[in-house]
Amino acid sequence: MGSDTIFPLSAWEPPVNLNWCLTPITVLRRDLLLTLRRPAELMTTLFFFIIVVSLFPLGIGPQPELLREIAPGVLWVAALLASLLALPRLFAADHADGTLEQLALAPQPLSLIVFAKLVAHWLTTGLPLTLLAPLIALQFDLPASTIWVLVVSLALGTPILGAIGAVGAALTLGLRGGGVLTAVLVLPLYIPALIFGAGAVEATLGGLDAEGHLSLLAALTVFTLTFAPWAAAAAVRISLD
Amino acid sequence: MNWSSFSDFLAMGGYAFFVWMSYGVTALLVAAEVIWVVKQRRQSLARALVQRKIREWSST
Amino acid sequence: MAIHWFKYASPASFYGLAGRMIPWFAGAAVVTTLIGLYVGLVLAPTDFQQGDSYRIIYIHVPAAWMGMFTYLVMAGWAAAGVVFNTRLSGMMVQALAPTGAMFTFVALWTGAFWGRPTWGTYWVWDARLTSTLILFFLYIGYMALRASIDDPRRADRAGAVLTLVGVVNIPIIYFSVQWWNTLHQGASVRPGSSSMATVMLTGMLVMAVAAWMYTIAISLARVRSIIIEREQHSAWVGELLASEGHDAVAGTSRGAMGSNQQGTR
Repeated sequence: MGSDTIFPLSAWEPPVNLNWCLTPITVLRRDLLLTLRRPAELMTTLFFFIIVVSLFPLGIGPQPELLREIAPGVLWVAALLASLLALPRLFAADHADGTLEQLALAPQPLSLIVFAKLVAHWLTTGLPLTLLAPLIALQFDLPASTIWVLVVSLALGTPILGAIGAVGAALTLGLRGGGVLTAVLVLPLYIPALIFGAGAVEATLGGLDAEGHLSLLAALTVFTLTFAPWAAAAAVRISLD
Repeated sequence: MNWSSFSDFLAMGGYAFFVWMSYGVTALLVAAEVIWVVKQRRQSLARALVQRKIREWSST
Repeated sequence: MAIHWFKYASPASFYGLAGRMIPWFAGAAVVTTLIGLYVGLVLAPTDFQQGDSYRIIYIHVPAAWMGMFTYLVMAGWAAAGVVFNTRLSGMMVQALAPTGAMFTFVALWTGAFWGRPTWGTYWVWDARLTSTLILFFLYIGYMALRASIDDPRRADRAGAVLTLVGVVNIPIIYFSVQWWNTLHQGASVRPGSSSMATVMLTGMLVMAVAAWMYTIAISLARVRSIIIEREQHSAWVGELLASEGHDAVAGTSRGAMGSNQQGTR
C-alpha cells in the first residue's frame, strides 16, 4: 500500500508494547486517506465557508469600515457553520457500513479511537478553514496584525467545534432529521468558543491585547479535548445499541 | 396596602401593559401546562387500557 | 433509619409515592402563590426608581432561578441514571424538561416586558438575559433529541449524555457571556439588584418557593403518565388499570381512545 511510505508502521517494531495506540493510529490514517481520496466533500465545506462569508458584504453593503467591524464575527460564525456541515463526515459513513460497530468492539478504549477520528477530522476541516481564513479576511479589509490573531484563534477554536460537534453527531446517528437536530444540539454549546475566538480578533482590531481571549480559548480547547471524546464515545455506544 | 382603589391597582402606576402582559402570559402558560398534564394522564391511561384489551382479545 | 431508597427507584413503587405527594405539593404551590402575589402586588410599596414596573420581578426572578435550577436537577437525575442505570431517572429528566423550558421562557418574556420600561427596549443583550436565552436553547435541544428517538431507553441515555454535556458547559457559557458583556459595556441595571425593601424580598422569596412547589407537583404528575405509557405491558399496570383505569378514563374524549374503543366494546 502506497500510504505505508507516509506512516511506515507495518515495518516498525515498537520497543515496548504500544498495541493500545495502534488501532487509533490506524483509524487516523484510514480516515485521512478516505477523505483525501474523495476531496470533493472537503472542498464543498471550504467553498461553503467562502460563499457564506461573501454573502455578508452583499447583504450589508460594501463600506470598508462596517465590513472591518463585523469581520471577526462573520468569519467566526461562517467557520462555525462550515464545521457544523462537516460533522456528518465523522461517523455517518462508518455507522452506515458497520465499521463503527467493529471499532466499538476493539479492545482499545473507544474514546481514544474517537480522539483519533477527531484529529483526522480536524486535519481535513479545521486546518483548511484556518489556512483559508487569511485570504477571506482580505475581502473584509482586515489589517495584517489582526489576521494572524484570526489564524491563531481559529487554530485553537476549530478543535473545540469538532470535539463538541462529535458528541452531537454521535447522539443523532441514524435519527431522522439528523443534520438539523445536530445543529440545534451543538450550536448553543459553540457559543463560548465563538465569544473568545471572535473576541480575540475584535480586541486586536480595537487596539487591545488579544492574549486574555486566546489564553481562555486555549484553556477551553484543552478542557474540551480532554472530556468531549469521552462523551462522544458514550454517545456512539448509545447509538449502536 | 399600597393601593387606594381597585382601578388604581389595575393601572399599576401607568405600567399596566407591561406588568399585566408578564403576569397574564405566565398564568396562561401555567394553566396550559396543567391542562396538558391532565390530558396526558387521561390519554396514557386510555391508551394502556386499549392496548391491554387488544392483547386480551387477540390471546383468546 | 434505614429507608430503602432504591425501592422508590422502581417505577412501580414511585408511581404510588408520586401520587400521594402530588396533592401536598400542588396545595403548597397554590397557597404560596396566593401569599406571594398578595405580598408582591398588594402589600409591597412602589419602587421609587422604577415605579410599579418593578413588580414583574416577582415572577421574573423566581422563573429565572427555577429555569436554571431545573436544569441542574435534570443533570442530577441524568447522572443518577448513568451511574445506577435506573429507568426512573430518565423518566424524571423527561418529566422535568418541559417545565424547566417553560420557566426559562417566562424569565425571557417577563425580562423583555421589564426591560421595555426600564431600558427602553424589549431586548437588551444583557449578560443574564443572553445566558437565559442559551439555557432555553439547551432545553429545546434536549426535547428535540428526545422527540426524534423512538426507543425510550435510547432516548433516556442519549438525553442523559446531552444533559450532562450541557451542565458542564453552563458555567463556561455563563462566564463567557459575562466576559463578552463587560467588554461590550452592556446594560448594568438588573431586576432586583439594588437594595430591596424587606417586603419586596419576602414576596420574591415566597414566589420562588411557589415555583418550586409547582415544579415538583407538575413533574411528578407528568412522570406518572410517562410511567404508565412505558410500563403498560407490566403486570402492575394491569392491576392498576383494572382497579382505577375505568374511573380515570371515564369522561375522556373519544379521540384519546380512537377507533379502537369501538372495536373493543
